[in-house]
Amino acid sequence: MDAIMLQEKLVERLLCPRVRTARQKEKQYVGFATLPNQVHRKSVKKGFDFTLMVAGESGMGKSTLVNSLFLTDLYKDRKLLNAEERINQTVEIIKHTVDIEEKGVKLKLTIVDTPGFGDAVNNNECWKPITDYIDQQFEQYFRDESGLNRKNIQDNRVHCCLYFIPPFGHGLRPVDVEFMKALHEKVNIIPLIAKADCLTPNEIKKLKDRIREEIDKFGIKVYQFPECDSDEDEEFKQLDKELKECTPFAVIGSNTVVEARGQRVRGRLYPWGIVEVENQSHCDFVKLRNMLIRSHMHDLKDVTCDVHYENYRAQCIQEMTSKLAQDNRMESPIPILPLSTPDAETEKLIKMKDEELKRMQEMLNKMQQQMHDKD
Amino acid sequence: IRLFRNTQTCFSRTSCTDLFGYVGIEAVLDQMRRKTMKVGLEFNIMVVGQSGLGKSTLVNTLFKSKVSRKSCTPNCEEKISKTVKLHSVSHVIEEKGMKMKLTVIDTPGFGDQINNENCWEPIVKHINEQYEKYLREELHINRKRRIPDSRVHCCIYFLPATGHRLRPIDVEFMKRVGKIVSIVPVIAKADTLTIEERQEFKERIRQDLAANGIRVYPQKEYDDDPEERILNDRIRESIPFAVVGTDKEHQVNGNKVLGRKTKWGIIEVENVAHCEFANLRDLLIRSHLQDLKDVTHNIHYETYRVRRLNESNMNFSELGLSARPLENGTADTSESESHL
Repeated sequence: MDAIMLQEKLVERLLCPRVRTARQKEKQYVGFATLPNQVHRKSVKKGFDFTLMVAGESGMGKSTLVNSLFLTDLYKDRKLLNAEERINQTVEIIKHTVDIEEKGVKLKLTIVDTPGFGDAVNNNECWKPITDYIDQQFEQYFRDESGLNRKNIQDNRVHCCLYFIPPFGHGLRPVDVEFMKALHEKVNIIPLIAKADCLTPNEIKKLKDRIREEIDKFGIKVYQFPECDSDEDEEFKQLDKELKECTPFAVIGSNTVVEARGQRVRGRLYPWGIVEVENQSHCDFVKLRNMLIRSHMHDLKDVTCDVHYENYRAQCIQEMTSKLAQDNRMESPIPILPLSTPDAETEKLIKMKDEELKRMQEMLNKMQQQMHDKD
Repeated sequence: IRLFRNTQTCFSRTSCTDLFGYVGIEAVLDQMRRKTMKVGLEFNIMVVGQSGLGKSTLVNTLFKSKVSRKSCTPNCEEKISKTVKLHSVSHVIEEKGMKMKLTVIDTPGFGDQINNENCWEPIVKHINEQYEKYLREELHINRKRRIPDSRVHCCIYFLPATGHRLRPIDVEFMKRVGKIVSIVPVIAKADTLTIEERQEFKERIRQDLAANGIRVYPQKEYDDDPEERILNDRIRESIPFAVVGTDKEHQVNGNKVLGRKTKWGIIEVENVAHCEFANLRDLLIRSHLQDLKDVTHNIHYETYRVRRLNESNMNFSELGLSARPLENGTADTSESESHL
């Protein structure tokens, strides 16, 4: 709000009669430094959207964590399946959309849930419905982007995937590795250690080290925090460093409010003590929330647009042109781009199609000319 | 050799006469006790569950010594094995003159793969192999005085503390294995559940068990008398036990207790207000140890034996033994079926 007021002040000053003493200064000042504020104002008006996917086995506390992160209750009427029903369950994709507003800023939050993942006895390729869903969203955006009316494109692409690793194991299990490898080039993966209240601080440290090792070993590309600029202040750099060393975050979620140390906080009440979700010495929930919402939400969206979506798009186009070489068909809205390494046959075809296009263009011009002459 | 055997001696209905002096019949208890102490006892316990659920730690905590596979394999790296392998470790532990040969059978690799179909088969095979071994010893002409007992007396099945319900793999395993061995399900690493969550979780598990016809120890059908039934009913109302295991000690109120120290408190393993480890220990060791062995011998083993002998149609040569043929000819199948 201060930025908007500042901008308005500046506009006022520019419009009303100048005071002599300040004339020299204003000669140097152009005023485009207010651009970020203008952008900010427009974005606030337009609102933001963010799509978050949560994946992991049943009972890892995914729903509770989502509710804790966004202080909502998205799963009020959920019914748990019993073991019989689960035997025939396949992995589903369920979307919950909620509009949140805070201090005038609107956020349209979409949570993509994946019930059934990893629950069956045979979990071969249980991540396939998830990769298919992500690809579908990319494809839809690709078509919209290449279409004629681009005013109101809805961005349903998944910006971030929180993957819940069980705290019970000794590191990554085969299903964890396979899932992350199938998805790391399609979406920003943030691995989390779920239900971290069953681990002592030493155990958490050991598990985190182990998981980081295995992520390196298997070549899994999880979401990397962007590097700090060198001109940021020391405190920011220190915080950033701490954040990076803390991954994967060990989180605890809670739907209930308990009384601890004289305050009412979100927490879990045990006979041996109270776990406070927002206490940094208890778990990394605060770090995750800050990272996800307060500092890196925009970066997550950028990486999705610039890296994952572009990869998908490039792949898609390559496939299309190779298909074109086989089918000899033209798809009009998508222009044929020159590929970096085309083979000779494709180039010939591209040349042929170009000439055809030119001829058609000439015919069109002729017809237009004829119509013009008639008038 | 009779196929149908009594599980306990039945006294025909005679009236109890009063004694008019001390005879000393009760001294037989002392004699039994002394004999048991001399002979010692064998106990074989199997632990089944996914990697990382605290199986080895729990077994060490139960018997207050390093008896698990992890403690006995030097430089054991915690890697997930590709197939289910069974790993047996035996120790002789002694307490107040009573010796126990404890064998812990671990099952690393169970439920850890992406495709876990039939991961229970090596376990079922192992259990049946032990029965087969015992059966062969029993059918020998010159039998040993004490047949070495490697049969699995108890199988502790570890359920992860998800808070939801039984998973398909849990149902499949307990259905199959519950028929041939006494299963005791426990909720592992239960320090992630609050008390209400724990109660709800247990209730849902009991519902799932009943819905799938899974019988866990202590089975209702084998209660001998009303007294036992009352005791066992209380146990049945609180299974599966929510356990936490550890081998580390901490100071609490001036005492050294076994516990897990976290930033928000110390979880005391032997405190019944915190978790049900003490209940499990009492069940397995202090009150129902002999009963577990009896149920294994009298019920599970007998079922196996009858099935085996029926399969081979009383043809002893098939079993690779030579023995006198039955005096009454072929088997009395009606009697054996009534036993099943």
